[in-house]
Amino acid sequence: MTSFRFAVSVMPRPGILDPQGRAVENALPQLDAAAVHRVRVGRRVELSVDAGSPDEARAVVERLAADLLANPLVEDWHVETLEALPMSAEGGR
Amino acid sequence: MRVGVVVFPGSNCDRDALHAARLAGAEAELLWHEQTDLGGADALILPGGFAHGDYLRTGAIARFSPIMGALRDHAERGGLVLGICNGFQVLTEAGLLPGALLRNASLRFEHGWVQVEVAREGTPFTRNLAVGTRLRMPIAHGEGRYYLPQEQLEQLESHDRVCFRYAPGSNRNGSLNDICGIVNDAGNVCGLMPHPERASEALLGSDDGMLLLRSMVESAAGSGAVAA
Repeated sequence: MTSFRFAVSVMPRPGILDPQGRAVENALPQLDAAAVHRVRVGRRVELSVDAGSPDEARAVVERLAADLLANPLVEDWHVETLEALPMSAEGGR
Repeated sequence: MRVGVVVFPGSNCDRDALHAARLAGAEAELLWHEQTDLGGADALILPGGFAHGDYLRTGAIARFSPIMGALRDHAERGGLVLGICNGFQVLTEAGLLPGALLRNASLRFEHGWVQVEVAREGTPFTRNLAVGTRLRMPIAHGEGRYYLPQEQLEQLESHDRVCFRYAPGSNRNGSLNDICGIVNDAGNVCGLMPHPERASEALLGSDDGMLLLRSMVESAAGSGAVAA
């Protein structure tokens, strides 16, 4: 078994109003950043999976993303492979 | 007639719901979310609050609570389930009701009294309520904007599954079609954002919520039959 690490980025689907993005935009004039627009706020989840192969680990993450980390009705997601963490960095495992 | 009120870690309207169910004439008890049986409950209420801290998305983690298997079986047998506020969010995440409740378009946590219009009569939750009846009930939520993709929304409407709408001026979260309460196709699972249990005694400012709760209790007591 090897430990594989991934990041799952979850974003509101295009066309769905994102009030968090809107709230960030509302702060921009005070930051002298009027050139910034179309702000969307999502979520990033990093996780490690023990598996026999990278493909096996990735399949677990894809399933988790669709079933829990994102709501497919309103959110899109993207799974990215990260460098494995040294065991000492796994905080409590 | 026995009502079970499901308590998730972070539920905070469970005791209000328990009290209101008893006022509506039912025996009622709390059911901890780790239970895998319903303790003989004839109808279930998923109360408001912040199940599992609302982490990830509202209702997203509650959906995997151990009690949800028994709840699903109960719903499939035609048993009544009422999700109030966070309970509605849990039911959509669990796929027992369509759609999603997104962050309010107003960028605010919306709370206060609203006027709700009955949009469909004759469901187990609106049996004594004619279409157009106005109910005064409070809302209190940050994520109450009902959303469903256009095609599915049209289907929801054509199947007459919207049972409550915000009256003009009361849609403070940006819900599509002013929707604040829906039922499933069989009519035995209902979710709504306003709080009937907080409008259960005149002392609280309104007892209109009792019309809904009494309807549920009478329907569950009357028979196992469910209005389609």
